[in-house]
Amino acid sequence: MAHPTLPHLRHIEAEAIHILRETAAQFRKPVLLYSIGKDSSVLVHLARKAFFPGKIPFPLLHIDTTYEYPEMIEFRDRFTKEIGVELRVYTNRAAVEAGANPYDLGTAKCCHLLRTRALVEGLKEGGYDAAIGGGRRDEERSRAKERVFSFRDREGQWDPRNQRPELWNLYNGRVDAGESIRVFPISNWTESDVWRYIEEEKIPLVPLYFAEPRQVVVRGDTLIPLETNVKLLPGETPVMETCRMRSLGCTPCSGAIRSDARTPGEILDELAVFRRSERENRVIDHDQEGSMELKKREGYF
Amino acid sequence: MHAIVEKPLLRISTAGSVDDGKSTLIGRLLYDSKSVWEDHLEEVNRSRVNRASHGPDLSLLTDGLRAEREQGITIDVAYRYFGTPRRKFIVADTPGHEQYTRNMATGASTADVAILLVDARKGILPQTVRHATIAWLLGVRNFAFAINKMDLEGFRQEVFLRIQKQAGGLLATLDAAEADFFPISALDGDNVVEASKRTPWYTGPSLLDWLENVDAGPAADAPFRMAVQLVIRPHLDFRGYAGQIASGVIRPGDAVRVQPKGTPARVKRIVSFDGDLDAAWAPMSITLELDREIDASRGDWIVAAGSTPQSARRLKTTLVWMNEEPAREGTAYLLQHGTRVTPVRLARISERLDAATQTQVPATELRLNDIGLAELETADPLSFDLYRENRATGGFILIDRISNLTMAAGLIESSLEDEHQAGSLSESERAALFGHRPCLVDLSARPELAAALERLLLLRHSHVLVLEDAAIPTDFLLAAGLLVISTAPRPEAGINASELAGDPAGAISELLEALQLAGVFGIDGDYFQGEGI
Repeated sequence: MAHPTLPHLRHIEAEAIHILRETAAQFRKPVLLYSIGKDSSVLVHLARKAFFPGKIPFPLLHIDTTYEYPEMIEFRDRFTKEIGVELRVYTNRAAVEAGANPYDLGTAKCCHLLRTRALVEGLKEGGYDAAIGGGRRDEERSRAKERVFSFRDREGQWDPRNQRPELWNLYNGRVDAGESIRVFPISNWTESDVWRYIEEEKIPLVPLYFAEPRQVVVRGDTLIPLETNVKLLPGETPVMETCRMRSLGCTPCSGAIRSDARTPGEILDELAVFRRSERENRVIDHDQEGSMELKKREGYF
Repeated sequence: MHAIVEKPLLRISTAGSVDDGKSTLIGRLLYDSKSVWEDHLEEVNRSRVNRASHGPDLSLLTDGLRAEREQGITIDVAYRYFGTPRRKFIVADTPGHEQYTRNMATGASTADVAILLVDARKGILPQTVRHATIAWLLGVRNFAFAINKMDLEGFRQEVFLRIQKQAGGLLATLDAAEADFFPISALDGDNVVEASKRTPWYTGPSLLDWLENVDAGPAADAPFRMAVQLVIRPHLDFRGYAGQIASGVIRPGDAVRVQPKGTPARVKRIVSFDGDLDAAWAPMSITLELDREIDASRGDWIVAAGSTPQSARRLKTTLVWMNEEPAREGTAYLLQHGTRVTPVRLARISERLDAATQTQVPATELRLNDIGLAELETADPLSFDLYRENRATGGFILIDRISNLTMAAGLIESSLEDEHQAGSLSESERAALFGHRPCLVDLSARPELAAALERLLLLRHSHVLVLEDAAIPTDFLLAAGLLVISTAPRPEAGINASELAGDPAGAISELLEALQLAGVFGIDGDYFQGEGI
């Protein structure tokens, strides 16, 4: 007897849950990389569904650059406590103590120390053999070729020329000691899928994603909300703008966009007419052509 | 109101020869359906490489990695996403070079439809045949032939018709394949999203219209199959079997069996985060609670009690070899099938498929990007369906025990169990192992069809022989279980060519229908399903 088809969003939800369960089953010590952003909020929600009525069988790891928005940290602590999941936090202490900041080092170097290095070290320190992330293939061109189970060598590096073929829904997670797999359960989701899912599932998010009047400085095409760590450059003056963050990063390096969207539904309406990618407002991605690919080779998510 | 409403997802694989404009076509679909961000387009415009003579080089939107941008070829599988108000699409953009057969097979493994790019100036090339054959082997049955660069041929209808006719010969070899043809220019956008004014003689849909409406995907009436991924046991009173439904539908109360042991049980509840479900179907991820305590764990299949899969340790398989280290007889690997991983020995390699000419050649070794027939012996028995009946339960991968690399994709063709058992083969046993019954076909009225029919039957691993000499008796050949095609008159033949359609493709499909009606392929399922019986 024939059965109905599954709507698109439920199809990719089922796929993501399958991947999360494979990760829990195949690895000795997996961890979910929790950035507090919308994509990892979706991941955590999917993990709750995947292991229901059991609890999420792995901890969440947050790489804290110390430049996060205070609302993010507040949200993180409240939300993880509410759902009863274990939270671990890792910071590249040595770099922070040496005063790493994007103004003196440049965004590329600062990001390398506080995100990429911190992530590789944090994973090594925890002895994790699988790290689940919210990366999506539609975010950037080089991510389009990322596997769902993406192999990393002992240095945490990605070799795009030497990836394991992935057929059907069979994921090969076999690694030797010190090697690891980055797992991307929402590889096949687009930005609008993420928002639609957040809307349908009523997933709580950091308020920064929703529009409200904020004090910002206009830097190039980007609005930078004024926070403790944001320095005014010569000639800049703060202004009030109704804006929201499309993608969360560090305070000095991620921008807001002018928007009136105050709910996931309004954001979806806005996305329908948008023609520019969400990562554009991340200053860090524009250092050089193919810069995301270079970062990923070094171990960035 | 949101611009994109929920519709069943369509997975597309693209394949084509180098330079036939595949990446440009995908770039065009993304661009014209407004699924590409302006800043990505600006990055493309700023790029140092631009092979387009005018306008942005849309192929750069999809050729993501540096090496590809510099060499101007696609070296891996890239996944692209676009949507229209009717449907969401995932495109597996795969390379055209022969040395990337593995990537093409990867893209085709999950595809519902394949787009085959054909350069209007060159027509059907050996590469087109290779791509179509590989996609077909991996289970794709719906093909769109995008006849590209029609602008360079002045959008002439005769060019289009000639290629369409040429493709008919290829399609006749791909059982149950359905195809549609589109005269396009990926560079200028003709008939990609909008109907072109430059092809007044073409009244069919644009390629995107077709993609929005095509009815493709896994069979919705396949029996229930689910591989157990893990057992969820939050406390002593609950034991749930978590998995993604590979095929079919399940309801509370349904009788199931846990394979390979065959332990019977009934479904007590379908548990989910959002409350218990009244029914669940493929490809949902669910948790099943059964009505009794049984010994089931990761690696087992929960299946419909009324339609259980086969079980065997010795298998005849098609392998797509994916590693530089060749496949050799006698080597041990790990085999991953569903959620089970078991040691396996590659017992025998019998032949290699030349996908470009669709011929089988004897072989004892398979190299990177080779496709071949091999016999495997697993340590644990596998519960499986044949790949051509169920992709999810008939496909597997081979993993190297030392390097941990994925070495091959495998498609289960048949069970080899009991082959060496004592005693002579019965007629039905032989038919089951061959996958067909013996039959004599008299093609004396149409001898020119003999080679095409033979090739088609060989491609399906049938055991077939063409006889020209009327003096050779056929009774001993039929007793041996063979399909015999005679170009000399054979009054005793079960099937003859006296009333076939005039065009070769039509005649071949009538012959297949006749074989089907004669029960020749009624052995392991609907061999020629979709042929209109």
